[in-house]
Amino acid sequence: MNAEKSERALKHAALIVLVAAAIAFPKVFTNPAVTNYGVLAMIFVTVATAWNIFSGYSGYISLGHAVFYGSGAYALGIAARDWHVGGTTVFALLPLVAVVGAVIAVPVGLIALRVRRHTFIVITIAFFFIFQLMAFNFSFTGGSSGLNSPFLTWPASGYNTPFYYIALAFAIGAIAISWLVRRSRFGLQLRAIRDDEDRARGLGVRTMRVKLSAFILSGALTAMIGAVWFYYINQVAPQTGFDPLFDLTVVLMAFIGGYGSIAGPVLGALIIEPGTLWLNTQPQFSGGYLSEILLGGIFLLVVLFMPRGIIPTGGEWITRLRTRGRPAVVPAMAMDAASGAAASSGSGSATSGSESTTSVSSGGTR
Amino acid sequence: MTALLRTEGIKKAYGGVQALNGATLEVAEGTVAGLIGPNGSGKTTLFNVITGYERADEGQVYFGGKAITNAAPDKVFATGIGRTFQLTRIFARLTVLENMLVAAQTKDQPRNVLSWFGKDAWTHHHRHAMDLLKFVGIERHANVLAGSLSYGQRKLLELAYVLVADPQVILLDEPAGGVNPTLINHITDRIRELNSQGKTFLIVEHNMEFVMGLCANITVLESGASVASGPPDIIRTNKRVLDAYLGADLEEDSDDDQ
Amino acid sequence: MAHQIYQAVADGILEGGVYALMAVGLTLIFGVLDIINIAQGVLVILGAYLSYSLSVHLHIDLFLGLLITVPAMFLIGVVIYWAFIRRLRGTERTSMTLLVTYAVALIVEGVLYKIYGANDVELTASYVTSSVHLLGFYLSYIYIYGFILAIVLIAALYALLYRTRFGRSVRATMQDETAARLVGIDVNRVAALTFGIGVAVTATGGMFYGATSGGFNPNSGYDLISRLLAIIILGGLGSIGGALAASVFMLLLESLVTIWSPNWAIVVFYAALVLVLVIRPTGFLGRKAVRAQ
Repeated sequence: MNAEKSERALKHAALIVLVAAAIAFPKVFTNPAVTNYGVLAMIFVTVATAWNIFSGYSGYISLGHAVFYGSGAYALGIAARDWHVGGTTVFALLPLVAVVGAVIAVPVGLIALRVRRHTFIVITIAFFFIFQLMAFNFSFTGGSSGLNSPFLTWPASGYNTPFYYIALAFAIGAIAISWLVRRSRFGLQLRAIRDDEDRARGLGVRTMRVKLSAFILSGALTAMIGAVWFYYINQVAPQTGFDPLFDLTVVLMAFIGGYGSIAGPVLGALIIEPGTLWLNTQPQFSGGYLSEILLGGIFLLVVLFMPRGIIPTGGEWITRLRTRGRPAVVPAMAMDAASGAAASSGSGSATSGSESTTSVSSGGTR
Repeated sequence: MTALLRTEGIKKAYGGVQALNGATLEVAEGTVAGLIGPNGSGKTTLFNVITGYERADEGQVYFGGKAITNAAPDKVFATGIGRTFQLTRIFARLTVLENMLVAAQTKDQPRNVLSWFGKDAWTHHHRHAMDLLKFVGIERHANVLAGSLSYGQRKLLELAYVLVADPQVILLDEPAGGVNPTLINHITDRIRELNSQGKTFLIVEHNMEFVMGLCANITVLESGASVASGPPDIIRTNKRVLDAYLGADLEEDSDDDQ
Repeated sequence: MAHQIYQAVADGILEGGVYALMAVGLTLIFGVLDIINIAQGVLVILGAYLSYSLSVHLHIDLFLGLLITVPAMFLIGVVIYWAFIRRLRGTERTSMTLLVTYAVALIVEGVLYKIYGANDVELTASYVTSSVHLLGFYLSYIYIYGFILAIVLIAALYALLYRTRFGRSVRATMQDETAARLVGIDVNRVAALTFGIGVAVTATGGMFYGATSGGFNPNSGYDLISRLLAIIILGGLGSIGGALAASVFMLLLESLVTIWSPNWAIVVFYAALVLVLVIRPTGFLGRKAVRAQ
């Protein structure tokens, strides 16, 4: 019992240290080039976490989340332009952007969530292209040249820092929401859907409602952070707001860190976003072609060899190294002596309780 | 004795195969009924039709006198019929306890969205779930991922969570399949105990000892049609039943029944 | 105006033939392997570039070049399957393979950029630009050849699937992989060969696409794959006839809408997909829908 408590305390302490480090980051590294990494990293932590709230938990992989990201960016741009909002008051528009994201999620979700998983993926791609094309074609979206963000009168030298804190706030908020969802009844239903949707439905889970709710939540968050991103880089165009590589990158982040977990997307984002940014600054990677090949290559490696993500698989390898040489199953005699002792590799252990007659061998075909 | 669950002339075809061709059976309230038949006779299909996982082409399903034919699985579940599956279907990535809670949460729909996130509603369900896990004997594994359970433990988990919603009728699809004798006895005890509390059972099984020893009334299915129905003693000596299992003409079909 | 419409109809139908060539391979792969091959778009472009190289550097006629590109693409398909897709197992296999093929697509695209650069190229030949004047309509020769070849190939595929032993193995694997294994079918071999065939068909599609698209570059793959996906979903995943029907239908629709507004034509393409999915989630001729997943 004490081991459990101290483990929890350790986790809490680690969390506090991380958050403190994150807060201190721009104070320590004042170089704008570095803080730029920080801002974008935090933005993508939010994106990946928001994506995970829907796709990671439900198992429906969305390759169209750029729809929300870009729509959020455009929504902010259009509102700021038409209502002549400028300066920091623009941030007050963010709740509106969330609503826009949610409103878009409803029809898209209602259509896309009625079909099987792989068709779903394709529909998200289709919607992605529809939105990109609409951005190109409509005049109120600025056509192919896109929109410019309203001007922010922040000093050039300290420009990144406030954005960093805003992005960080969103990241922490998204992670908190992700955690809340996971431990709630709602999250349980989502995860049951991922494992066996028919069974879940047979047990009375309102699958459409649950999936749609997660989709809306995810969409609203993504839209908001998309708006923040737009404000940060000052412009959005159809190809940047709705960028096909965006979705693949987000999925890769989630997978590398561990698909479906809370920390997974965070770690993935923290690894990949600064990674890609740095790669793009290297001369041989300019023009983007090599980075595409690299991205594809890494993706293949991860999916083929570490399908549960680098972090979980890495954890498993470490465990295997540590328990090397120890027998997996303790002989039955020893079991009776030490009742309730668990098998060393942590898989479902045998019970030796008094009233239960379930034994180590299940006897049947698996 | 009233028939709590009743099917009448169910017919179901898959492409060219007539899986069910007039399946009729009755399960009286408070009894343990059995459903047997050779491989491919349509037992699981009948279960699927009753519980809404498949649609019947013809025929009716009655529960407590009301027709529930072709209702969706969750509706059937809500009327008070629970079932297990031949190949255990559990949520592998959730813990054993979480598996139980998925079944639990549907009984009382939350008043508002916030209660979805609240922990208070959980405690009652938690306790109920743990009680059921204790009843079947796997409470020690409550926080283990269901996917890592052994086959026998999974069977017990399935039994536990079919009970969560407190159904009136429980359909068990091969509860003794591939399970060692000690465990079979354990399961038989549990079923008897639940039956004494008033629960009605319909059990599909190949294990004749299990069925004959437990069930008060047995229906025999052959090629999708009910060919006999009655208490174990009658069924055991019924010629039709023996023909169904052993093959009417041993010379004619060499690959019958396998 | 009416004349314009008829011309558009003719154009649409013929162009549908070309797209059918590309879509059929995709739907075949899905039908047999349960895989959505996102790389198909880029592979079409690869086929186009191969034809281009043969035509420009070796002065081989486009159609003759097919004799080389088709087997080459077949091999590439088999290699892709064997190296990357064969290992994928498990409950989330379909999502995984989709991501893997997406990754492969990225790599191929990057490689093409490296080799050919980003500028538009085109496949040219005498029959590409000329057309026959029939009943007051201009029907471009290349499109006619493309349409005919599409019909021929699809007929050949049907023959392969329904008249040969290999085809029987393929259909058996389609229906139940485990059962197929039990009767001794080497599922991996069937899968690899099917994947190869699906990709090989794109070689032909690539040649026609390269000749008729008015310029292509490595980036063209995205637009292409999204259209192809829309087509095969519309036609029903796994249905070859459906792919043909859907190709013709979609291209016809786009062709007609182009009269009114070229910009919106492509959006209509996707909108039609969405509409059909609302009304009939399995597409026109799709297999019976299973409850989600």
